This record gives sequence, structure tokens and C-alpha cells, in this order.
Amino acid sequence: MTAALTIQQLHKSFGQVKALDGLDLTVEAGQVAGFLGPNGAGKSTTIRIILGLLGADSGYVDVLGLHPWYDAVELHRRLAYVPGDVSLWPNLTGGEAIDLLSRLRGGASKARRAELLERFELDPTKKGRTYSKGNRQKVALVAALAADVELLVLDEPTSGLDPLMETVFQECIAEVKAAGRSVLLSSHILAEVEKLCDTVTIIRAGRAVQSGTLAELRHLTRTAIAVSLDGDPVRLAALPGVHDLRADGGTDGTVTFDVDHDELASVVRELGGLGVRSLTSAPPSLEQLFLRQYGDELVGVES
Amino acid sequence: MTNFTATGDLVRFALRRDRVKLPIWVGAIGLGMLYAVSALPTVYSTPEQRQVRARLMDSPAATMMSGPGYGLDNYTLGAMITNEMVLWLAVPTAMMSIFLVVRHTRAEEETGRAELIRSAVVGRHAAPLAALILAVIANAGVALLTALAMMSGDLAAGDSFAVGLGLGLTGLVFAAVATVTAQLTEHARSASSLAMAVVGAAFLLRALGDASQRGGNILSWLSPLAWTQQLRPFVDLRWWPLLLPVAVTAAAVGAAYLLSGRRDVGAGLLPARLGRANAAPSLSTPFGLAARQQRASLIGWGIGLFVFALASGSLSDSVSEAVAENPDMGEVFRANGQDPTDGFFGVMALFFALMIAAFAVTSVLRLRSEERTGHTEAALATAVSRRRWILSWLGYTALASVVLLLVSGLGVGLGAVTSGSDGTVVAEVLVATLAFAPAVLVVIGVAAALFGLRPGVSSWAWLVVAYAFFFGFFGALLSLPDGFAKLSPFGHTTAMPLSSITALPLVVLTAIAAVLTVAGGISFRRRDLDLS
Repeated sequence: MTAALTIQQLHKSFGQVKALDGLDLTVEAGQVAGFLGPNGAGKSTTIRIILGLLGADSGYVDVLGLHPWYDAVELHRRLAYVPGDVSLWPNLTGGEAIDLLSRLRGGASKARRAELLERFELDPTKKGRTYSKGNRQKVALVAALAADVELLVLDEPTSGLDPLMETVFQECIAEVKAAGRSVLLSSHILAEVEKLCDTVTIIRAGRAVQSGTLAELRHLTRTAIAVSLDGDPVRLAALPGVHDLRADGGTDGTVTFDVDHDELASVVRELGGLGVRSLTSAPPSLEQLFLRQYGDELVGVES
Repeated sequence: MTNFTATGDLVRFALRRDRVKLPIWVGAIGLGMLYAVSALPTVYSTPEQRQVRARLMDSPAATMMSGPGYGLDNYTLGAMITNEMVLWLAVPTAMMSIFLVVRHTRAEEETGRAELIRSAVVGRHAAPLAALILAVIANAGVALLTALAMMSGDLAAGDSFAVGLGLGLTGLVFAAVATVTAQLTEHARSASSLAMAVVGAAFLLRALGDASQRGGNILSWLSPLAWTQQLRPFVDLRWWPLLLPVAVTAAAVGAAYLLSGRRDVGAGLLPARLGRANAAPSLSTPFGLAARQQRASLIGWGIGLFVFALASGSLSDSVSEAVAENPDMGEVFRANGQDPTDGFFGVMALFFALMIAAFAVTSVLRLRSEERTGHTEAALATAVSRRRWILSWLGYTALASVVLLLVSGLGVGLGAVTSGSDGTVVAEVLVATLAFAPAVLVVIGVAAALFGLRPGVSSWAWLVVAYAFFFGFFGALLSLPDGFAKLSPFGHTTAMPLSSITALPLVVLTAIAAVLTVAGGISFRRRDLDLS
């Protein structure tokens, strides 16, 4: 598989502040890559370097086979961008802003524009200054999605959108993917990333702390299990890979615990000998993954 | 009184936010007065020298740029300062007050910060009242500093305080005007522009009124910029004209109070209208965007300059008449080696060129605000190169500046024709005005270079305009060495008579402008986008 975007060992500082500290990031062609991280982790800085708006201090960046700083114009014909905080020209209408951005990029299909306006329920005749945050976001989304480009770079594109519009957005991204185009999606909304993304990169303090497919990432985390047993659950606690064992204290003797992915099979075998009356297991959510990643790091920092 | 809850807190907050800006404004105005008070006595040390100066000031052209001419018969230092300096201190005082009020009212609403403030325990009218109180504080500072500066030159205390008080109250009038315009428009920029248009109108009215009659006529009295000079300080002091700014301020504040009760937070009184669903074909390029963004501003400047130019041009014949009636005055002009009418047209051309340089700076500085608001980011994320972006914008600025030079030159020429000059004057004045185009280009180049190299301090480009203005109009008055004027890009063009225009300085200025622009363009291409 070829990569639409490859970043290796990217460094960027603003004066004393290190924004990126050896970041690695890849978007495979035709895939949707999630880009997760808390505020200030360096997501927007990375995206601005990908767009050639900021220059990297060091590191390798290749976008669609081009260098974002030196080949900016050529590159931008082939990608579209939605900023995290859309600022529109106050005296232009939304429709004018969409047309302007499309024309500056080299044109877009009128039919596609009309269809997107309809789907996002956006009134193109209002002036930029009168739009709410969600509607400004829609203007940028329509302009980007109407473009016939190979790569979409989206910086928290759904911030400010209502749940209905989020659904429309997710449909649109699914269509983009079906058409074989690539997407870099920076987001806070884990459910959205879980639903849309093939791969996920988690960034913290300017470097990637975790990346891979969702399935791969799930390997790194734990499955939550709630079980009620005839036998004595105490010995479970001694098994390798079992964490946070708690008896609920109810009469049915339900216990809950988390199991490392690698030890899941052996733990289940052990449970078999204890007389399982009921069992529920929850796969690790991205949220747990995310929180655990940071939780661990935080514990590490504190200790 | 709950309408005004928390006004005191807001005033303290505003003082904190403006702790650098306001002292600079107030201090600069005070220093301007101090400089005049200390420099003029050394330049014009004897009564005879001052009388020569007085004869020079007794022409419509000079009157338009100075004052009503009280005390010309016995031109003391005080009379001289009141007649020649007060106007040029009143205009910055008005500007300070306008920017201050708009910054703390409409600009806050536009950015949405006012919403945050108003959601707290803050009265409906607390913010505008706080802005006005801040304006009172700043203008009191101007009044005190200018009065003390005059007294430091051994001028009479009462008259000095009259001038200071007049300046401060003039500032307050325009602060009140700005609270009204801030109610009308949704944009801070249009609110300031509207208030600045009132300053422009006041400037024009005083110029026309004072030029048509010694001491001014009814037109002068309509202009708040004239009232301080109408106190006749150091000649025959009267205090009652100070009632005019007090009354006008009260009326304007009352009007703003009524207007603000009729609108929502963030909204203007003029409702926002729906616009086009599709962009016009012209809005397809960075140049088209630059033109569209500045369309209203260009039209406003064009109309304003043309009207002012027409009015000034129509005064040209009274200059010639005055010279014919007063051989002494002709003597003075001939001593300067200039035909008086030519001298008048030359001053006009320089004045308009400097106004247009100010337009050019605001236009280039919009590149910076486009960058800061993220618009540039959106545009540069499309297939637009940085070079194309900046050159399109600067190209538009240059083109618009040349158009404005043409409009001003045409206005002065046509004005002169209406007052009896023959038609050839139109072409002459046009060429004379256009001769300043290279100087305006240098100003654009300086702003562009600053924008590229040090975007955070782009606004320092104003210093070039301020410098050129000061040495263009006061260099001669203060008899400063010629080198100072030659440092200004506007010091190399002698517009009238046309035969005095030489090509070399113009070519050199254009080359300097080109080098500066290229430097700005290259450094913009090399630097990070600065969104702070």
C-alpha cells in the first residue's frame, strides 16, 4: 500500500516552546486516519506543516509525493482543508466564500456544491459574520467536500455541528472513502473516530504515543469483564493479566475485572472451572484506550 | 441604576488593557505641544520675524491648514501656537478618542467578548459608559499636559488652560460621536471610519469657513475642530465657546443612549441583509478578493477626497486675489521663489498624497489582519502561492492609490476651473498630484517589507506617514535642516511648477519601492504564517 502522507521525526519549536518533538504519522492511500490528542498536543501545528503554512524545523514530510513547503501550490490543487476554527470573511456570504475557495483551488462541481448545501441545510446567502460556529464549519466543509481532491485534511471538522449534521458528515466521509480518497481526521470525538477511521494515531506533547489500526490498538488494552461465579473468585486475582478485581458485594457474588488482551484466553479457561452463572464482557473502547494512555502517562509523571 | 452596574470595574479593566496605548497617545500629543513651545521661540525670536510669518499665514491656502488668524496683527508666540498648532493637535486628539471608544464598545461586541462580559453582573450601559469615562480620563490628560507644556514656555496660565481644555473637550466631542457610530454599524472598522468621516467633514468645514473670512464664518462654527481656536486665546480670550463641545457631547451621548436601547448585543441598527448565493465571476482570484474586501473603503475614500479636493481647488483664485491686493504677501512668496498659485497647488498635491499614503498603509495592514484572523490560512491552503497572494494584495493597493491620486488631482483641478482658472490647470494639477505616486509606492513598500520581515510590528509603517507629514508641513515652519525633509519619500517631489519635476528622484523612489516590496514578498514566502 502506498502512503498519501508520511511524516517522520518531525520537530517544530516556537521559541522556547517545543510543539512537535519527533512526530511520526502516516495516512495510507484510500484510508481514513484518525489523529487524536488533547488540546495543545500539536495536532493543528502538524496540520499546518502538512499544508506548508508553517515550516518544519527538521524531519521528513511527504504529502502525495510532494513537499508541502516547496510544492505548496501543486499540492493544494490535490487536497482540501477544513480548519478547526473557521473564520469567514465577514462581508462575503457563505456561498461567495465557498465559490472563492473552490475557484482558488481550481474549480469544483456546481452540482456537488448544490447537493452538499442541501444535505448540510446551509443557507448560502447569509453574510459570514452572521453565521454561528456550526454554520461557519459547514461552509468550510461544503467547500472542502465539493472539491475533487485526493486528500482531505480535516482539523476537528465537526466541532459545533449538531448530532444530525454529524451524521451527515459521517456519511460524506464514508463516500469519500468509498471513492478511494484519503482523509486525515483530527478529532476529539472518539465515537466519531471509532466509526470512521481505519487507523488511529494518538499524539501527546508533540510525539505519537500510539498508532496502528483500531484492532491493533485494542490489543494493547484490556477487556472489561463482569461475571458471577459459583466458585471462589479470589484466585482470579492471582492470574497473570487480571487487573482491578472487585467484588460487587451483592448476594449473587458478581465480580468485575479487566483482562489484558494477551491473557484473555487463559483467563476464560480458568473461569470455566469456577462455574460461571452469567458473564458480560465489553471490548475496549477508544475512550478507554485514550484515557488509559494519558492516565498511565499522568501516573508516570506524578511518580 | 442597575443599567450601569459594574461600570467602575470595567473602567479599571479598560485602563489596564490600555496601560501602554493611552499614555503613548496622550504623551505624544503633550510632547507635540512642548516641542512647538520650545522650538518656535528660537526660530521666530523677534516680533519682526513673527510678523513675516503672520503675513505668510494670511492666505487662504495657509489658513486651510492652520487657523482662523486671530492675532495676526500682533503675532505673539501664544497667538502663533493657537493659530498654527492647535488644529494639528486637535485632529490626533479626536482620533485617539474615536479609536478608544470603538475599541472598547463595538470592537468588543464584534469579537464576542462583550457577550461574555454582559453575561456577568454587568449593566446594559456599563460598557459604553466605561468607554466614555476612559475617554474623559484620556482627554483630561491631554488638556493638562498641553496646558502645562504651554505654561512651561512662559505663556499666560489662563489662556494656556483654555487651549488645553478646548483640546480635551474637542476630543470628548468625537468620543461621543464614536459612541453613536458604534451603535449604527456592526463592524468596528466601519464605526471608526464613520466617525473619522465626521472628523474629515469638520476639518473641511473649518478650512472653508476660516479661509473665506478672517476669524471664520458660520461654516467654521459648525466644526468642532474650530472651537478651541475660537476661544481666541492669547488675543482676546473668551470662554463661552467651550459650552459648544459640552452641549454637543451631551447630545451625542444621549442619542447613543437612546439608540443602544433599540438594538441587540452584537447587532447594528442597520440590519444585516442577505447577499448573493453565488460569487460573482470577479471573485475568483486573490486580486478579486483584495478588491472586494476594500471596495467600500475605496469608494468612501474616493468620494471624500474628491469632495475635499473640489472644495480646496475652488479656493485657488482667492489666493491669487489676495496676492494681487497685498504686495507684501507676493513679496513673501517670491522670496520663496514660487508663484503663489503654484505654491497653493503644490501644498494641495502634497496634502492629498499624504492622505492617500495613509489609505495605502491601512490597505497593506489589512494583509496582517487577514493573516491574524485565519483568512490567509484558508486562502493559502488552496492552490494560491504566497507570492501571488501578497503581490495581488499590494498590486491592488498600488492601483487603488493611483486611482485616488487621479481623483484628488482631478478634484483640485476642476475646483480651480469652477473658480475661474482656465482648463489647462486640470492637466497640470493632475500631473503634479501623480508625481507623488512613487513616494506613495515607497510607503507601500515599507509596509510590505515590515509585514514580511516582522509581521508583529507591521503597523510601524505609520511612522513613515507621520514623519512625512510632520516634516512636509512643519519642517519649514520650524526651520529644520533640509536633510530631515529629504529623509521623507515625499521630500523629493516638487510638484509645482511642473517644470521643476525631475525624473531621477522619481525613478529612484520607484526602484526603492520595488526593492522593499520584493524584500517583503521574499520574507513572507520564507516565514511561518503568524496567527497570533
